[in-house]
Order: sequence, then structure tokens, then C-alpha cells
Amino acid sequence: MEGNPPIMRRSALAAVAAIGSVSLLLAGCSKADDNKNDNGKSAGANAATKDVVNASSKKGGTLTYELSDVPDSFDPGNTYYAYMYNLSRLWARPLMTFEPGPGEKGNTLVPDLAASKGVPSDGGKTWTYKLRSGLKYQDGTAITSKDVKYAVERSNFARDVLSLGPNYFQQFLAGGDKYKGPYKDKSAKGLSSIETPDDTTIVFHLKQAFQEFDYLVAAPQTAPVPQAKDKGVDYVKSIVSSGSYKFQSYDEGKQAVLVRNENWDPKTDPLRKQLPDKIVVKLKVNPETVDQDVLAGNAIDLGGTGVQAATQAKILNDSSMKANTDNTYGGRLVYLAINTTVKPFDNVACRKAVQYAIDKVSVQTAEGGPIRGEIASTVLPPDIPGYAKADAYATAGNKGDAAKAKEQLKACGKTAITTNISARSDRPQEIDAATAIIASLKKVGINANLKQFPSGKYFTDYAGVPKFTQQQNIGLMMMQWGADWPSGYGFLQQILNGKAISQSGNTNLSQYNDKDVNALLEKAIATQDTTERNSLYTQIDKKTMDDAVIVPLAYFKVLLARPQNATNVVSTAAFSGQYDYLNIGTTK
Amino acid sequence: MISYILRRTFAAVILLLVVSAVTFAIFFLLPRLAGQTADQLATQYLGKSPSKADILAVKHNLGLDQPLYVQYWHFIKGIVAGATYDLGPTTVHCNAPCFGYSFKTHQAVWPELTSRIPITGSLAAGAAVLWLLSGVAVGVVSALKPRSFFDRAFMGVALAGVSLPMFFTGQLAILLFRVQWPIFGRDYVPFTENPSQWANTLFPAWCSLALLYSAIYARLTRSGMLETMNEDFIRTARAKGLRERKVVVRHGLRAALTPIITVFGMDLGLLLGGAVITEYVFSLHGVGEYAVQGITDNDLPKILGVTLLAAFFVVIANLLVDLLYAAADPRVRLS
Repeated sequence: MEGNPPIMRRSALAAVAAIGSVSLLLAGCSKADDNKNDNGKSAGANAATKDVVNASSKKGGTLTYELSDVPDSFDPGNTYYAYMYNLSRLWARPLMTFEPGPGEKGNTLVPDLAASKGVPSDGGKTWTYKLRSGLKYQDGTAITSKDVKYAVERSNFARDVLSLGPNYFQQFLAGGDKYKGPYKDKSAKGLSSIETPDDTTIVFHLKQAFQEFDYLVAAPQTAPVPQAKDKGVDYVKSIVSSGSYKFQSYDEGKQAVLVRNENWDPKTDPLRKQLPDKIVVKLKVNPETVDQDVLAGNAIDLGGTGVQAATQAKILNDSSMKANTDNTYGGRLVYLAINTTVKPFDNVACRKAVQYAIDKVSVQTAEGGPIRGEIASTVLPPDIPGYAKADAYATAGNKGDAAKAKEQLKACGKTAITTNISARSDRPQEIDAATAIIASLKKVGINANLKQFPSGKYFTDYAGVPKFTQQQNIGLMMMQWGADWPSGYGFLQQILNGKAISQSGNTNLSQYNDKDVNALLEKAIATQDTTERNSLYTQIDKKTMDDAVIVPLAYFKVLLARPQNATNVVSTAAFSGQYDYLNIGTTK
Repeated sequence: MISYILRRTFAAVILLLVVSAVTFAIFFLLPRLAGQTADQLATQYLGKSPSKADILAVKHNLGLDQPLYVQYWHFIKGIVAGATYDLGPTTVHCNAPCFGYSFKTHQAVWPELTSRIPITGSLAAGAAVLWLLSGVAVGVVSALKPRSFFDRAFMGVALAGVSLPMFFTGQLAILLFRVQWPIFGRDYVPFTENPSQWANTLFPAWCSLALLYSAIYARLTRSGMLETMNEDFIRTARAKGLRERKVVVRHGLRAALTPIITVFGMDLGLLLGGAVITEYVFSLHGVGEYAVQGITDNDLPKILGVTLLAAFFVVIANLLVDLLYAAADPRVRLS
């Protein structure tokens, strides 16, 4: 029969379809592999926040990091992401760094390229560092203090091409506002406020006393760059390593492979162990795939922002999986900024009405529950020095107090307020939190309308533009903030200092310009004694809360899945709760 | 034929110019209507809390301080004649076709695009073969035996295929064939490096994408074949004593192919411009992923590069479709 062949093909196709359908059903019923290591033991939930998990000095193997995004840059002079600050130490040694340690112990500053901590003089306006001896680049040439000076110059003063990192050195170094950068100023002298009297000494002269300068030099911007090898924006393709690993390959936006740096000398480095033979960094990996690979022990999540919502639900329902996770502070505060320049929030009583009205439990639920954040009542999170437990607007069960809120409204001369609240449209949890806040406020007569803006332009075009917020009557703004370095100043300066208010890209969303707070910030950073300095940060926190310009909502937490075959795993407060990437090894 | 191709090529160049101008205008003019200034735009390519001097430096370096028509002219000139860019310590000449440098990473766009085209091309080509073969085969079988068990079963599967989103089928394929039973590779391997590994790593993505498209092709083929098989010339062919296979394939299917070729050309052209969701799900570093990065970073050179590339593929695919019409249907003449 003529029709036979098509019918046979049809049967085969039917069989394929049937097999496919069964596979789909099987998948729905499938169970992931047990997440246990070779000996079947797990260290327990939150183990890496208390101690080093799987401590080992075993060398060899390939360690894989996966990231669902792409970093701003692998160039140590052109990055601002916490995970790149953490990871880049494998190929770029800054003058100082953080000692790998659990939780807040990880905030301890230790010398890296420097032989010892900075020596302040002139009341904290001059800082001198001596480099270790015997330091070499991957090509065997000596690392000198001039290379450190050059690295700071290129990263802070060539912003037209290396624009993505912070510019603290530009702000704080004497003459920083006049220097044109090493690409335009070709003089041998360079920036005169950085001196290199010999090959192992570097001296920084600042505009003002800055007692936390050791934190600033812990940024990868102080990792040495040999001027002769610098190719500007293309340096990222041929980075010259000063760390324990060097680049074997770099594929922009896709992958980087690191191998041992043979010219790294462990005698010059008490911190690094150089355990894996190879480190592969995979970029733009589907977030669900990252989670699957982490749970299977095949990768570490480089971003360190925690597992996806679906994976979280799976983990929380499985005690054996939960035993291999770390739920820790992410060094960030989720808060509502109250715009002090938009009426009627220029009146402190109206701001206090908002403080009392909000049901923080509903906000916490919207943010993902206690696993994603602890209810907050202070500006400084618990893992930042200067934090002191307080609650200026305590309400029963943190559920808000409508009566007190209405009292404050009355004191403000209002019975009802109409305003707008901004949130980032591509952050569903932030939108949910804003929606919960709107519901709370409505109960006391504050009608807030939600305005959503894309996160990429949130600060440059919308919430961070004072003129825009005035024109659009945006009195309330959703915000998250993490410290650039783990200190009160590193956390508070950009969000509370009146002098930091800018016309675009502003992060002091409340536009809070209080002379006492400004003065306290200046005093704190000039105070040498750490205890005294931290108590000043506590005072700033209290003053800010008394002025009710910020409604702390949640101390952000991350839920990290801990790969079973990874060794030396420790979650550190220095890098937003991420695992410390300096010495992670693998048993594979 | 040659004059036809030349006319179409000229029209394609004009179309690409219009597409680039419209993209340029959307990028700059719409935000301006909402009040965005050049300073605010430049701030997006800087780290946190930039100084005024930083903003001015970036604005100048990216040419954002120049009138729009000058910026557009520089872009077009770069594609035709190349351009020179400041890397910091040195300058570099970007040879034509130069699509500029990323506003954010300052890396050249064209080499990035060309490194990604083979990945998207591999994904699209493999999936296209699968969906075309399976879709047309299922459509023909269903049309020959309408309302039979197989017809209903196939059309049911086709409906499911077109209804299930890639986020579901793709994730499921990964879970099944890379996690539960790791029979397929994870990381893309170029065809030139290892053809079998290339196919092995792409197979789950091909199947997921083909499932989505083959459903449409099955239904298209079925309806076309049902209509064609009832035409007089089919009866005549049978009356002449031709074998049924010949009647179905040479007379029935050939006549029903025209709309399928049209849709196939458009689908393939669009896919070559970036299979965004499939690339995302399967972590493939193709053109679609690059497009998403460009949009996320508000990075004009990346957006323009991908838009023009996608438009180019659609234009080429349409041209090929028109040429194939003539081959598939003798009534069509290219003049």
C-alpha cells in the first residue's frame, strides 16, 4: 500500500511523543540527589557563619564559580561589586584585606601587599605603608610601590575610560580635584599627594584626617598595575597577576579561567593557600542552573546573594538540605527613605506618623520572610561596627500602631496625606514590600500611590534626582543599602551626609542635611580610637532615628547553599555574608 | 534574477538605515521627553556617587555632549569606514564594520557579536531542522488521516507544545537530561572543535525550542494539506495512476509548502537575531543574551548592534523566502 511508509513514521513519532510524556511525568516526581559529602556528614545549618567548614589544605582539582549575571569588570581598578572585591584578591593583592573568618570576625583588617597596617601621622592626614619584600608579578618582575601608586591613579583619575569603580581616593587625596590622571598627565611625578620614596614605601597625603584609611586601601584599586603593561580599558584582557592565580583565558561576558601563578611566593603571603589547580568562573548562567549546580556540589554561587525562591522553598522543606546552608546577614538594610524636602514630610511629626503606621511584619513577609531579613529598628545593621540595639518607634509585635500614628499626624496638623512611594519595577519583592507599606499607611489616612521605575535608572533619573522627586511629589522611597567597607562611616556616609546630596545619582534619598549629623560624621572619621569612633556612629544612628528620616524595615539576610565538596568555606561579614573566596578548595 | 537581488539589497540597506535611526531616536528622544539630561545618561555608566568631573569626562568620552545628528553620523561612519577609540593610554582603530564600543564596558561590539553569532546560529539551525522535519511530518500524517487517533494525539501534543513556555520545557529538559540523567553536556562546544560534542550539548535546547515551533508547523501543514489534497489536480494525479507517495509529496506537499516557507523564513530570521529565552534558560552566550545585557545596561552600541543584526537576518531570510517561492511554485516569477 502506498500509505504504509507514512503510517510507520507516524507510529515512530507517536512512540517518541509517548516517551516524552512519560519523561515529563517522571521529572515531576523525581527527587534530587541527597546533598551529602563523601562521608555522608554535613556540618549543619549556619556552620560557615561560626567556623570554617571542611577545613583542609588539600591541593588540586578544579573549582567552579557560577554567576547569573556579568560583573562590571575583572579589572581590579574598574569594579565596585562586593563579589568582585572578594574574588579579585586571587589575582590582585591590595595593600590591606580582610582575614578569612566567620561572621563579624571576617571584618578584621590584615596586611596583604603591605607588611603591616598603615602608620598614620599628621593626625590621620598622612598614611604610610611598607610593602612586603620579595613580591613578584606573574612574569617574575618585582612589584614596587610605584605600581601601587599607578594603580590608584588609573582607577580614580581616568574616569572617562575606567568609570565603574568608586572614587574615594579622588575625594580624599590632597590635590585630587586637580590631577588629570596618568593617561592625560604624562609627567613622571604623577599625583603629588602619593609619594614613593623607595620601592617598598608608599605615602598617602589626605585633605582631611581619615582614620579608616586602612579600609580604603583594602579596595582592589590598590592592587599593583605595571604601567608598561597597562592597556586602559583593554587591561581586563591581559591582567598581570600579583596574587596566587593568574588568567589562563578571559572571554568577555562569558568565562574566565584561572591557573596557579608560579611566581606567587607563599613566603610573601600568610593569607592565601593556592589550593585548586584551576578556577573556572562561568558568567551568565541561568540562576536555576546555578542553584542546581551548587546543590549538586559542582559550583559556588559567585554572586553570593542567596538561592532562588523555588530553591529556597525546596531547602526549607528538607532538613538534610537545610543542614548545608548558611542564613546570614547580608550587610544591608532594607528601608523606606522619607523625603524631608517634600511636604508635609518636612515636618518631623508627619515622618513619625509613617514610622508608627508601618506593619513591619507584613513588609518582612513580602520580602520573603525571616529567612530573607530580620525586622529592623536601627539604621546600622547588626554586622556593622557601631550597631547598638534600639527601637525608637517600637510597636506591639512590630505590627504598627495606628493610634500613635494618628497622634503624630495630628501633631503635624494633618488628618490625611496624599503622596507617592517609589520602588524598582524589576524587583518584585521590593514592589510587594511597598504594597504592604501602602496598606499600612492607608489605615491611618496616608494615601501613598506606587510609582515604579527601572533599577538601572532608579538613582540617575528618578529617586536619586531631587528635582524629580519634588516635581512628582515622591515623599517615600524604597531603598536597600550596603556598606562599601564594614564600618559606620562606610555605611552611613553616602546615605546621611548632607554634603553627599547630588543632583543625579544621589543616594541620600531622604535629602537629610542635618548639621549635627554632618559634624558627627566628620568627627567620627577623624577619631583615632575605634571604640570612641563606633560610639559616634551609634549616636548618628540614634539622631537619625529621632529625626525619623529613615524607616528601617529589615536587616537583609541571605540564604547560601554550601557545596559539599568545597573546602575552607566560611561566610564573612566583610563581603555581605558571601563565602570568603580567598582559600576555597575542592575535594573533586 | 540579478537585478531583482540588487534591488532587494538596495532596499535592505535603506531599511537598515531606517531601523538604526529609529533605534537611535528611541534611545535618546523618549527619555528626553521624560526629562532625562545628558548628564543623567552619562551617570548610568559610572560607579556609585560620581563627581561632577567624572560625569563630564564620561559624557565627553562617549560623545554624549554632541548633537544627536553628529552622534548618529559617527555611528554610521564607523560602520562604513571604521573609527578610532580612546582606550586610555593608547587609541585603537576599530575597522569597518565598526559598531562602536560598549558605553559601559568599553569593549568593541562587533567582535562580541561575531563571537556570539555561531552560538545563536547553531541553536537556531539545529532546532529549525528538528521542528521543520517533525512539524511537517506530523502535519502530513494528520492531514492524510483526519480525525483519526493519531491525528488527535499529534494535534494534542502540538497544542501542548505551543502552550508550554520555554521556561517550563527548557528547565524540565535541563533537570531531566543534565541533572537527573546527565547524558547531555553542559557547556557549549563549537562545531569546528568537536561536532559530536556540539550536537550533544545543544540537543536539549534544540528539542525544547523545536517543541515550541513544530506545533505551529504541524498545524500549518495539516490545514494546508487538507485543503490541497481536496484539489482537482490531486484527483487528476491519482487518476493518472501516480503512486500515492508521489501524489502526496510532489503534488500535495509542494503546493502546501508556500505558507510554511514564509513563516519559516520569518521565524529563522528572528531566531538568528537572538533566541532570548532559550539562550537564558540554557545559559548560552548567544546574540539574545547580548541583547538582554545591552537593554539592562541601557547600552546603546550593544542595542544598535543587535537590532541591526536581527534586522539584517530578517531581511536576508525574506529574500531567501522569495527565491524559494519560485522554486516551490512555478507560477511565481521573480521580475
